[in-house]
Amino acid sequence: MDLIANLALGFDVALSFENVLYCFFGVLLGTLIGVLPGLGPTATIAMLLPVTFTLPPVAALIMLAGIYYGSQYGGSTTAILVNLPGESASVVTAIDGYKMARMGRAGPALGIAAISSFFAGCVATLVIGVFAPPLAELALKFGPAEYFSLMVLGLVAAVVLAHGPFVKALCMVVLGLLLGMVGTDVNSGVPRFNFGIPEIAENIDFVVIAMGLFGIAEIVVNLERTEHRDVSVAKVTRILPTKEDLKLAWPSIVRGTALGSVLGILPGGGSLLASFASYTMEKKLARPPKHFGEGDIRGVAAPESANNAGAQTSFIPLLTLGIPSNPVMALMIGAMILKGIVPGPMVMNERPELFWGMIASMWVGNLMLVILNLPLIGMWIKLLTVPYRALYPAILMFCCIGVYTLNNTEFNVYLMALFGLLGYVCAKLECEPAPLILGFILGPMMEEYLRRAMLLSRGDPMIFLEKPISAAMLAVAVLLMLSIALPAIRKKREEAFQE
Amino acid sequence: MKIKSPKDFWAGLMFIAFGLGFAFVAQNYEMGTAIRMGPGYFPTLLGGLLAVLGLVVLGQSLVVSDPEVPKFKLGALAIVLVGICLFGFLVRSAGLIPAVLALIVVSSIAHSEFKWRDAALLAVGLAAFSVVVFHYGLGLPFKLYPGH
Repeated sequence: MDLIANLALGFDVALSFENVLYCFFGVLLGTLIGVLPGLGPTATIAMLLPVTFTLPPVAALIMLAGIYYGSQYGGSTTAILVNLPGESASVVTAIDGYKMARMGRAGPALGIAAISSFFAGCVATLVIGVFAPPLAELALKFGPAEYFSLMVLGLVAAVVLAHGPFVKALCMVVLGLLLGMVGTDVNSGVPRFNFGIPEIAENIDFVVIAMGLFGIAEIVVNLERTEHRDVSVAKVTRILPTKEDLKLAWPSIVRGTALGSVLGILPGGGSLLASFASYTMEKKLARPPKHFGEGDIRGVAAPESANNAGAQTSFIPLLTLGIPSNPVMALMIGAMILKGIVPGPMVMNERPELFWGMIASMWVGNLMLVILNLPLIGMWIKLLTVPYRALYPAILMFCCIGVYTLNNTEFNVYLMALFGLLGYVCAKLECEPAPLILGFILGPMMEEYLRRAMLLSRGDPMIFLEKPISAAMLAVAVLLMLSIALPAIRKKREEAFQE
Repeated sequence: MKIKSPKDFWAGLMFIAFGLGFAFVAQNYEMGTAIRMGPGYFPTLLGGLLAVLGLVVLGQSLVVSDPEVPKFKLGALAIVLVGICLFGFLVRSAGLIPAVLALIVVSSIAHSEFKWRDAALLAVGLAAFSVVVFHYGLGLPFKLYPGH
């Protein structure tokens, strides 16, 4: 039983005093920032990345993972209590969750959110443990052509499955790939596109781009909106759901977990898509189908389990193929590279303690969320009363200090401001920044694999179609693009996002 | 020819400019051949692709109707960016404390409910916090104030 031995190793690592502590900090910080509106998980991780610089690799990744699912959970808490989804994946939770809170059932809504997240987290941890090793083994057989095609598929899928205008998102991917070219070319040692600036002689730091595009740009866009935050918080008394609640909700939890686990693995998937899709599915499948949108507990259980499952299984492509399926995973790759770990199928064999430790820590982290959050809800509510005019300067400060300390150069601060400007323009022109980050991370890798594949085939591009796995992946990419181009399917997709 | 979607029109132009810009600069680097790609090969390919995709977006703007004109309110943006650049300018020359004070006070002006007193208090509080956390807590090598 490899799985058990591996998980045992993982728990050994994850349960060491130090790592439990970092997991705890990660989950706590993540929840804290997830509760604050206007800061998504991507910006949160980018902002807190410098904090992990001094940690050993395992602890750093455990903490970052903790921040990720902590922020998911924090987002749901505010979605239920005050109808303010702290991040986009909990938008659907707010529909029924807030209604429940208005009906005086805030406690059970929070309780079921915690229980379904925990259940989904347990299942997703097992899913990773079971499916990651064979996938990594398969990936070891991949040559440069397969990797190149896989990245093409990953980028196309990320664009298709994300919402927003398709061609513009594709443009953002290519722009990201180009930005990834800035710096020294690994093959020839020639510096490219850096205009003689020594600070970007090697490459642009992805933290700078992420903070500019997600952190700074979001703040400026938020400042333009004059929102009235009505924080009339529902009273939370009884937290545990009743037996009837559980009986009604458990099929939704199981379905949500299953759907979330599958969607999380897909490139471009992850928690956002999972929560939307599962809510739509529940509305069609749940029996009796009444009461959705009017405070139905299943409307909380399904998206919450799906988004947590999706958040966790999106680690599978990262850990086995070294390919990020969403911007958060792109940041995780960046963090791994900073720690000198090359993400990919080798990680599992060469650094088993890192791989399994991280997986086991997800389970530990989920347990912490359940235990921690219920008593701390009062504190999270207090946080919501912090006015934005005090909040955003603090976020700016974290961003500035964070990028400055990357290399102790003020150039990165200016560069972040520049990407803030780009992010703002993109937001105004309805161009999603997420694909750009994916492209940026994959750019240098794609160039390298393209070069190697073309060298192997002596300059014949047909190699990408002659290798069956590579050809299959390119075919799927083309099909995905066609599906967008065909109006019927496009309409369906828009409907799905409308809901 | 009428622009039906200003957002797409400007986005298209932006992408074409980026694509051509990258492709143009890439001409300074050796192209190589398909077998042995030089440093200029892949960027030229991508730059061309981006320009073509930008052209598609531009074309869409003449067909797909979305008449909403993007509104750029440059006030908040400019203030925030000035605050960040001040931080960058001051952090090494004057130290962390003046840099944080400047960043917080200046960027606070961008909010519609700006008050000098509140901004000053916030700045002092955050400066103290950052010194305690980043300098003493995490031990990052910051110069704290001029002459430190």
